[in-house]
Amino acid sequence: MDSTEISSPEVTDLGGAFERHLALSVVPPRWKEWKRKHWDHYRELPMPRPREQSWRFASRIDFDPGGITLPSLAEVESSFPEIVGQSDLVREQAGRLVFVDNHLADRTELPAELVEKGVVFQPLLEAMERDPDLVERYLFQESTNLGSEKFHALHNAYTEGGYLLHVPDNVEVDLPFVVHHWHAMAGAGVFPHILVVAGRNSRLSVVDVQQSWQPDREGFICAVGNVFAADGARVFRKTIQNFNPRAVSFQLDTNNVERDTTVRSINLNLGSRRARFENEVRINGSGADVKLYSLTVAKDHQEFDQRTLQIHNAPHATSDLLYKNALLDESRTIFSGLIKVAEEAQETDAYQTNRNLLLNEQAQANSLPGLEIEANDVKCSHGATTSQLDPEELFYFLQRGIPRRVAQQLMVFGFFEEVIEQFDHEELEENLRALIREQFSGDVLAQPTPGAHAEPEETPAS
Amino acid sequence: MSDTDTQTIDIDRERGNFRYEVDYEYDAGTGLSEETIDYIANAKGEDEWITNFRKKALRVFNKLPLPTHWASRDLESIIFDKIRYYLSQGQMPSRSWDEVPDEVKETFERLGIPEQERKFLAGVEAQFDSEAAYSNMKEALRKEGVIFVGSSEGLKEHPEIFRKFFGKVIPTNDNKFAALNSAVFSGGSFIYVPPGVKVSQPLQAYFRINAESFGQFERTLIIADEGSEVTYMEGCTAPRFETSTLHSAVVELVALKGAKLQYITVQNWSDNVFNLVTKRGWAEEDAEVKWIDCNIGSRLTMKYPGVVLKGKRARGEVISIALANDGQHQDTGAKMVHQADETTSNIVSKSISVGEGRATYRGLVNMPDHLSGCKNNTECDALLINTNSRTDTYPAINVQGNGNSVQHEASVSKVSAEQIFYMRQRGLSEGEAMSLAVNGFVNDLVREFPMEYSVELKRLIDMEMEGSVG
Repeated sequence: MDSTEISSPEVTDLGGAFERHLALSVVPPRWKEWKRKHWDHYRELPMPRPREQSWRFASRIDFDPGGITLPSLAEVESSFPEIVGQSDLVREQAGRLVFVDNHLADRTELPAELVEKGVVFQPLLEAMERDPDLVERYLFQESTNLGSEKFHALHNAYTEGGYLLHVPDNVEVDLPFVVHHWHAMAGAGVFPHILVVAGRNSRLSVVDVQQSWQPDREGFICAVGNVFAADGARVFRKTIQNFNPRAVSFQLDTNNVERDTTVRSINLNLGSRRARFENEVRINGSGADVKLYSLTVAKDHQEFDQRTLQIHNAPHATSDLLYKNALLDESRTIFSGLIKVAEEAQETDAYQTNRNLLLNEQAQANSLPGLEIEANDVKCSHGATTSQLDPEELFYFLQRGIPRRVAQQLMVFGFFEEVIEQFDHEELEENLRALIREQFSGDVLAQPTPGAHAEPEETPAS
Repeated sequence: MSDTDTQTIDIDRERGNFRYEVDYEYDAGTGLSEETIDYIANAKGEDEWITNFRKKALRVFNKLPLPTHWASRDLESIIFDKIRYYLSQGQMPSRSWDEVPDEVKETFERLGIPEQERKFLAGVEAQFDSEAAYSNMKEALRKEGVIFVGSSEGLKEHPEIFRKFFGKVIPTNDNKFAALNSAVFSGGSFIYVPPGVKVSQPLQAYFRINAESFGQFERTLIIADEGSEVTYMEGCTAPRFETSTLHSAVVELVALKGAKLQYITVQNWSDNVFNLVTKRGWAEEDAEVKWIDCNIGSRLTMKYPGVVLKGKRARGEVISIALANDGQHQDTGAKMVHQADETTSNIVSKSISVGEGRATYRGLVNMPDHLSGCKNNTECDALLINTNSRTDTYPAINVQGNGNSVQHEASVSKVSAEQIFYMRQRGLSEGEAMSLAVNGFVNDLVREFPMEYSVELKRLIDMEMEGSVG
């Protein structure tokens, strides 16, 4: 295992690291009080244990979130030009922010037309100065109910690098807002805070890209994303997580969904030694339409732990979840999803699908799909499947002269395509396919298959 | 459906709702301690190893916490000190109906046991509180070497057969209630079917709780030797008391190479019974274990029949129907633990929640990494009748290995307004239409039950639905 593994999962206080952070922090005094409160809360909460339902199947906590450092601006500044140069996953954009280890490294000016319409797309610190009322209405209003309360509190105590995106009522923005959150220094704690506030009948899309600058530096990243979609809003949120394989990452998201909204959230998960993703959707208004997609490609000893909650509190709403995982090597995935339909939420349509593709015998997929239904006039279902590549399909390819290795690649990428095309952005989709292919480099699918005799060595058609 | 569906329904369970004053010869009093165990051991005249087994189990029971971190908090309302752990009128069951005490006879008469006897069923055992009151088996089966006795008798008379598997499928420390059963078990059936013997008629048992505040802890162990086949059916009832009653059984099934074992339960407990049962089977090479389970009644049922698939090509199946009415929580499910290549398992669960009833499905499917060619299929469907009915589904699926595949599907629905409209248009009353729709929902499972049970089930459902749209 990696050297981030420590013998005791006890929380260390780091000889007053938090106190130092608080002394150096430039946030307003009010915010400092919040920090202190969240820090105390963090210290009170117990470390999650595997026997808890919300941590079932997860491996024990083998990292020490107290052992992080918070690199200063002076320490990371020199890396900015290079990192900003690499922040190019989406070129066509309404605006872009780049954060490196919690510090703002670069920003583009928002088009004047959007500024006039009242669109706010700013680092949190700046937004707090300009429009404290708006920020305070949404900042730290949410927590998680899915098991990582302690890490959420730690996030709240430390976070300063993050942004507020506010699109006012009736404003529609075609191009995506793009934010890069980079982990750069060894042992850094990174706490991206993502606040997306969509006004009535507004429309927006936002892409969060989370990456490591270096391939081998440890890090602890705990991101929190809160979406507030007012009546009739259309929000499309895309998240790419590709930290290096020594990082430990958390993504703790909530979505507050009101009447007649359309909310899409899509996640591509490739990186981290262990990554936990919690996503909670609360449908509070009728007519809402929510779609949640995720694609994970796990390799080596990676562990991806996904916990979702679809809460229907209002009638006539739809939510649909599709989480797909492909597992290589000795990787593990956990999908635990719950649909909760309140007694008032009649005529709910809620679905949940988890598909796991095992590409190696040692890989392990765990599914915990769940339903809790208190209304009676509903259509709810969940489905979970775990299987290998279908030998009959493979036979069909082979019969037509397609080499085994190529056939397997085609089948695997076919499995991903259902989710990738949901990104609904050609440039991004192409870049993501390339990222996924990298995940496969060095894998058995890129090697000649042992035992497959007399098959020509060909490069796969791409 | 509109304004009528908030009406609640009361199931007719009156058939079992009666009790008799019985003078018990043995009564271990309330509460549980080492003395209680000594009393039971003494009353039964048990061997020392069994008493030691019980005492060890008691320590495990005291140590284990209630599983309320995932299960219903209603478990906390069981007061273990107020329960009577052993009540009987004598240990050895009567072999002829005439020898059974009159009050007990009358009870079973009302439950229809001699009736079953007249139908030439293979064997019947009836348990009244702690001990079997009546047990009989056809002479032909006895000649073939089939053993069908109570648990105490089994351990005493045939230790060479039963001791080997006793407590092996479900170890004492499996869960708190298995430990409780291991400490105070009494009654239940011990069955052994010799190699190659195919028992064509089902063996039957009836479990009846008659005394208030009583805990029934029967223990059943069925061993189907190589290539044999057997079906076992159990029925359960209890009258309604002021205080709640505890039923906590342990059932262990062993299907050796190529054997087929089928276990059918129809429970119809009154709505103050806590029914907390541990049931598990072992299936060796080419063997098959099938649980068919129907849960009606009780205040809280927690029951997850499981199959450990130990040998190549072994097969496990759980078919279950649960009906939860007002004040009832049916927390049922299935566990399939694959431990050998090419093993297959199938789970089909259907639940109906009526009134304020709550039906929960909890499942476990486990396939570790050294296995190949294993398959599991799970389907669980829930039907909600009233607006305040509730259903939950919590499966856990854990897969590794080569060429293993698992599929799980669950759905929740109600009887559609169109369906009801269609049937009403053709002259059916709303109640009849509802009843037909619900029967249609469970029909493919009901057919898996033996004839008389499926007729009974259909009748119960009919009665329910008449009330639902009053």
